[in-house]
Amino acid sequence: MSESLIIAKPRSPRRPAARRSNFELHSWLFMRISGVALVVLVLGHLFIMNVLDGGVHRINFGFVAGRWASPFWQFWDLAMLWLAQIHGGNGLRTVINDYARKDATRFWLKVLLYVSMVLIIALGTYVIFTFDPNITD
Amino acid sequence: MTATAEVSTGSRGNQPPVPDGAITVTLKVRRFNPEFDDEPRWDSFEIPALPSDRVLNLLHYVKWYLDGTLTFRRSCAHGICGSDAMRINGVNRLACKVLLKDLLAPKGKPTTITVEAIKGLPVHKDLLVDMEPFFEAFKAVKPYLITYGNEPTRERLQSAADRERFDDTTKCILCAACTTSCPVFWTEGSYFGPAAIVNAHRFIFDSRDEGAEERLDILNDVDGVWRCRTTFNCTDACPRGIQVTKAIQEVKRALLFKRV
Repeated sequence: MSESLIIAKPRSPRRPAARRSNFELHSWLFMRISGVALVVLVLGHLFIMNVLDGGVHRINFGFVAGRWASPFWQFWDLAMLWLAQIHGGNGLRTVINDYARKDATRFWLKVLLYVSMVLIIALGTYVIFTFDPNITD
Repeated sequence: MTATAEVSTGSRGNQPPVPDGAITVTLKVRRFNPEFDDEPRWDSFEIPALPSDRVLNLLHYVKWYLDGTLTFRRSCAHGICGSDAMRINGVNRLACKVLLKDLLAPKGKPTTITVEAIKGLPVHKDLLVDMEPFFEAFKAVKPYLITYGNEPTRERLQSAADRERFDDTTKCILCAACTTSCPVFWTEGSYFGPAAIVNAHRFIFDSRDEGAEERLDILNDVDGVWRCRTTFNCTDACPRGIQVTKAIQEVKRALLFKRV
């Protein structure tokens, strides 16, 4: 009898038991730390590329080749690529979690997000490590 | 179903005499009657009122003398029970704690006050919402004393400093003003919401309670404290002046440093 009296509660969430996972904690912490790191990395990058020594006008193939000859700048650009991708991707993940109404929409948006993140990270990393300054056409 | 539900007069008959010093204000109410309306609609009422009246008085005036079908909750009418949380001029307030003189348009221009149901919960009728999802989240954080071992033979004592630790969050009256002011809750109803976290905070930081770890585990999940975007809407909405966002931050910190 009591079963039939239960009124449908459309917005009552099904709340599964806590998963005892620290994933959300770590992703929250990562956003703070990577955010601070990106401020240094990106502003430094913009300063070198656009302001220092005549700025954007001296940028050419040789300039990029010269910078990437040094492991320091390789690491700088690699860190910027990875942190920016994961920081931005995680931000978009929370936006999708907040705004996607249907489970299927949420799933496919996240698949799209993760695939694009992996592709861009892989391509960028590949370019930084296999860059050949002596390339000729 | 007959058409008798469309009554245009109030439940208490004729309008009372207008008191001295009354001004006429326009009250715009967002109405929804599930039996007739497909979409919510706005109704306007012209009401003679004193600057010392509360918004709740205006709603009473409508219900008693103009349109008895207007539906809203109120119990104590003095800011204690938390029944009449609603969106007044776009912000969540208790209708019994907002005075008309604080809403008057400057320089004697005509005043319009908008009143809507709180957002993010299913509307049953007019300003009346289904509070069940809200209380479901409240219950899920185990808002009661949890202890293990033998019960003490005397009362559980606590120092004044230990009591002070969670004093702010004991003030919650479960009016839902904070939770329904939260943009994360509007779009994703599975978020526990500020009120549930405030009530978890009240027990997590209570030195007599031993259930902090269980509650922290619950709030560490996808729908827990990490969903908070610190927009401070909840702190602004709280009619009891609880520092809600600060309480959420304290729960985050307890999780981060594994220390209560």
